[in-house]
Amino acid sequence: MKAALAEERLDATFNALADPTRRAILAKLATGEASVMELAEPFDMSQPAISKHLKVLEKAGLISRGRDAQRRPCRIEGRALEVAADWLADYRKFWEDSFDALDGVLEEMKRKKRSK
Amino acid sequence: MPNDGSLKVTTPNPNEIVLTRTFDAPWRMVYDAFTKPELVKRWFGAKRGTLTTCEIDLRVGGKWRYVMRLPNGHDMGMSGVYKELGAPDRMVHTEAFDDFPGDSTITTRFVEKDGKTTMIATCTYASQEIRDAVIKSGMEDGAAESYDALNDVLTEKR
Repeated sequence: MKAALAEERLDATFNALADPTRRAILAKLATGEASVMELAEPFDMSQPAISKHLKVLEKAGLISRGRDAQRRPCRIEGRALEVAADWLADYRKFWEDSFDALDGVLEEMKRKKRSK
Repeated sequence: MPNDGSLKVTTPNPNEIVLTRTFDAPWRMVYDAFTKPELVKRWFGAKRGTLTTCEIDLRVGGKWRYVMRLPNGHDMGMSGVYKELGAPDRMVHTEAFDDFPGDSTITTRFVEKDGKTTMIATCTYASQEIRDAVIKSGMEDGAAESYDALNDVLTEKR
């Protein structure tokens, strides 16, 4: 059950990260917290449109909203990002290592072909 | 398109992962290295494990099967079927892990330019379980190294 919940969260995280606007919002929040208004401006989007994206990010645990009723500043949350990053880093490492080994195989194939 | 031999990993959709990597060899060689068992055995998984089984029946409808022995002694089996073989542009095969339900579809393209070949592999996962199978079996030994991968995803302009 716990594992299923973790999977659901990972799904929500990747789903949230799949959108370029949401990635840009995260990149902006990585430099410090910001209100909806402050986020809407650089992205040239309406506040409701930004709010929609923020809801997805919040549900995925990627951001949290402050208590301040007026401003409700958004800040980036490390944990969900970390899980997603760990997953991708692992996946990447597997293929990076494999393809580095493949480089060696290809070099040898080329050497053999030349010496024929 | 990257040309420096570095791997690019992107997640254009929640159930998709795209791997892009350029190899310093003509497509024919790269294609062989991906489809001939004696060559696949030498690089697949690198030091993560040893391919004790590597069977490839390279024709449409033909099956493939790999079994990787992990350092902890556990065997990870995976297999699938070749759906399309339009070398070098398009090779489509399915992939399923023995220990997990469902399968994924992988579309691989090999694009040669100036003697170098760029491989673009799009892995479409049918479910979350499959994607997690990839983590849990075999990849858990890999060190989670920094936020580089995620950073690529976050900063990638599409």
